[in-house]
Amino acid sequence: MVSFTLNDRSVSVDADPNTPLLWVIRDHIGLTGTKYGCGVALCGACTVHVDGAATRSCSTDLASVAGKKVVTIEGLSPNSSHPLQKAWIAEQVPQCGYCQSGQIMQAAELLAQIPKPTRTQIVAHMDGNICRCGTYHRIIAAVERASREG
Amino acid sequence: MTIAIKGPEISRRGMLAGLGGMSFCLAFGADGVNLLSEAQASTGAHQIGSWVRIAPNGTITILSAGAEMGQGSMTSLPLILAEEMDADWAKVVIEWAPADKANYGYIIGGNRMMWIVGSRAVMLYYDQLRTAGAQVRKVLLTNAAETWGVDAASLKTEPSVVVHPASGRRMSYGEIAASGKVPATLPAVAANELKKKSEFRLIGKSVPRRDIPSKVNGTAQYAMDVKVPGMVYASTLHSPVHNTAPDTWNDAEIKAMAGVIGTVKLANGVAVVADRFERAKAGRDTLKVAWKKGKAEGFNSEQALAQDYAKIHNDPAAQKTTIDSKGDADAAFAGAAKVYKAEYRSDFGYHAQMEPLNAVARFNDAGDKVEIWEGSQAPDVSRAAVAKALGFKEEQVDFHQCYMGGGFGRRTMGDYAAEAALVAREVRRPVKLLWTREEDVAQGMLRPQAFQCLEAALDGSGKVVGWRHCVVGDGGGLLHTGIKPIYYAIPNQFIERRGISHGIKLKHWRAVGHVFNVFAIEAFVDQMAVDQGMDPLEFRLQRMSLTPKARKCFETVAQMCDWKAKRPEGRALGLSVSERSGSLGAGVAEISLDRASGKVKVHKVWVAIDGGTIVQPAAAKANIESGIIYGLSSVLHERATVKDGVVEQSNFHDYTVMRMSDLPEEMHVSFVEADTRPTGLGEIGNPFIAGAVANAFHKLTGKRLYHMPFTPERVLATLKA
Ligand code: FES
Ligand code: FES
Repeated sequence: MVSFTLNDRSVSVDADPNTPLLWVIRDHIGLTGTKYGCGVALCGACTVHVDGAATRSCSTDLASVAGKKVVTIEGLSPNSSHPLQKAWIAEQVPQCGYCQSGQIMQAAELLAQIPKPTRTQIVAHMDGNICRCGTYHRIIAAVERASREG
Repeated sequence: MTIAIKGPEISRRGMLAGLGGMSFCLAFGADGVNLLSEAQASTGAHQIGSWVRIAPNGTITILSAGAEMGQGSMTSLPLILAEEMDADWAKVVIEWAPADKANYGYIIGGNRMMWIVGSRAVMLYYDQLRTAGAQVRKVLLTNAAETWGVDAASLKTEPSVVVHPASGRRMSYGEIAASGKVPATLPAVAANELKKKSEFRLIGKSVPRRDIPSKVNGTAQYAMDVKVPGMVYASTLHSPVHNTAPDTWNDAEIKAMAGVIGTVKLANGVAVVADRFERAKAGRDTLKVAWKKGKAEGFNSEQALAQDYAKIHNDPAAQKTTIDSKGDADAAFAGAAKVYKAEYRSDFGYHAQMEPLNAVARFNDAGDKVEIWEGSQAPDVSRAAVAKALGFKEEQVDFHQCYMGGGFGRRTMGDYAAEAALVAREVRRPVKLLWTREEDVAQGMLRPQAFQCLEAALDGSGKVVGWRHCVVGDGGGLLHTGIKPIYYAIPNQFIERRGISHGIKLKHWRAVGHVFNVFAIEAFVDQMAVDQGMDPLEFRLQRMSLTPKARKCFETVAQMCDWKAKRPEGRALGLSVSERSGSLGAGVAEISLDRASGKVKVHKVWVAIDGGTIVQPAAAKANIESGIIYGLSSVLHERATVKDGVVEQSNFHDYTVMRMSDLPEEMHVSFVEADTRPTGLGEIGNPFIAGAVANAFHKLTGKRLYHMPFTPERVLATLKA
């Protein structure tokens, strides 16, 4: 049994401690906003926050989050009110949408660290997140908007 | 513990039933889409569901046959109908149409289908949906006229309201629906009764896409996210050499693993089923399968592309198919003042849609009905594929459409849905079958690799009057899309395909053949222009017989990028053009080059597109930008190779796709003014880009790139040559 905090609720999961956090969140707990894209930390679709740090859940063992605070896209805000979520809608960022939970969680870490990032800082921070639909320029615009409008 | 997730915002089927109000059914006949009254529909051979329903509270529910993979047609199709209906868009609810091509498919070549491929959604449903919307509006007007005892011709509509200007009376669509009647035969609508462009409130105006809010908070439902009670998980290992049957495997070892419920033999793979996906995958990763021999055994793609295809091209006995023959190409070459010839090559490509392929299958207790959840570009085909695999009739398969995490042409076959169904039947439980990314890469299916030989004949005045293009490879019709340069209207041309079969799984891929054919055509035209000492734009305008549409696009893009202006040191422009699904786009790329690493950087892209009437300009622009990125990714990075019959790449470390740091600083998309019917836009954004980059590269370096993708290694080799 491994216990941690997920989106401000404490959860205990009875699973092999080596289970990737991704499958714990998606299948064992049932929050499916976090996506599987590559399984080996190459695409960023599975990005969540662990104690505030953007983390690839596909390559993070359940055991390693014991006692920690995990936040997924569902926990970023109760009603899509996070500045990034509002900016994502305003800039009409998503296409297929599959990468976007990971993109938003990755960007949320950036804004928490650097409230007014430059374009170069945005690109450097987001480069590990693939968007196959090619929404990169809109992601940049949305991060800039969120940082402007707060 | 399970935390309930919110349902997706697209309402599920069934919302239409039992609400009261008016409902309009839709049927497809030889003459296209027709609206029917419920009375008519119930007498038809097929059970026809409602297509449009207006509830007394004013909610208007419209079905959408536009599978949604990010291109926005889930929103655009109902919007076309809502426009002519003069519906208040805020009151429109969208539902997915059932996977029933007899009732919801469009007509193409005499067949009904629901495939959302080849950028067809808006293009093929446009006229019919407008007419249907206008019919609904007419019924509403007639009802209001009867209630008020006035002539229907004296009435007007505002969004979701019928107005009698003479008396100032108003009645909402909901009020009419509460007591109104749909006549047994719906009124006809003449073409001149449709709205004029100036009257559009929705078409051409850009409304927010309906799927987007659910895609910023994790609630959008992909098949990957479906969970049904008692569901177990399947992870597959397919034959490394494509389409090869499993013979034996370490079954006892797998079945002894934690959580494993069983193994299932598939036509060309083995599925491990477990209570959890990670355990199914652990079993899959432990599988040791002895495979039967496959056709692709020993196939080496690099060797085929480097040597074999050219031999096939020169072999008079090769298997040939004429794609186009017009005028007298031989005579044009015999009488030519100048002849050109060049060869081009392109590697295999992989879709890399972000969501690895997956489906959920659940049988009823009797085992004679199955439900499928899948994100499909062709729900009708998928349903049929599942039925066929199970020996069922299609009526025994209930298909639930889901959002797709990308499609790009891969998701039209239902192959993985059929696998899910077979596995679910075998283990007698609901199953989610999920390919790993490694499976997804290794199994393709791939965009064909191709060899091209192009020849052109110029007459005494330097005009291009003769054209020969031969494409060689595996993939049949996939090889020759985009091969006819119709925009150049060359009077004498001969285009052929020479085929071979390797046994590799091949598939459509965002415009498929256009990717390599247009690259070859546009690089070739540039080469002739430069040899003739002409500006590539001037050469196209003067020496090719451009169609008016092409001329307009070239002129527009030249203006957009200020074609003649001097570029900063180390930068150069390249020009290209392509057609796809009736649309035409001329584009320019501005590039620079790191000569030490061989890395090409694309800084700016401009494209001018004639796509007819643009139904949703903002979504269309996003779609084209997506195409540019997808195209650049393929041009600069992507290559799949097959060695000894096995795909060599396995994940995003060795099948590299474009990342944010490769993004051009600027992308400018412009639609040229056109009042014609909409043409396809989903795949006009990517085919032109290879030629634009290759031509800019020549301008910058004086060297030609003949092999796509233009990887740093190839660029360095080209610079050295
Ligand atoms: S799924 Fe975790 S990084 Fe791709
Ligand atoms: S929106 Fe489709 S992968 Fe990013």
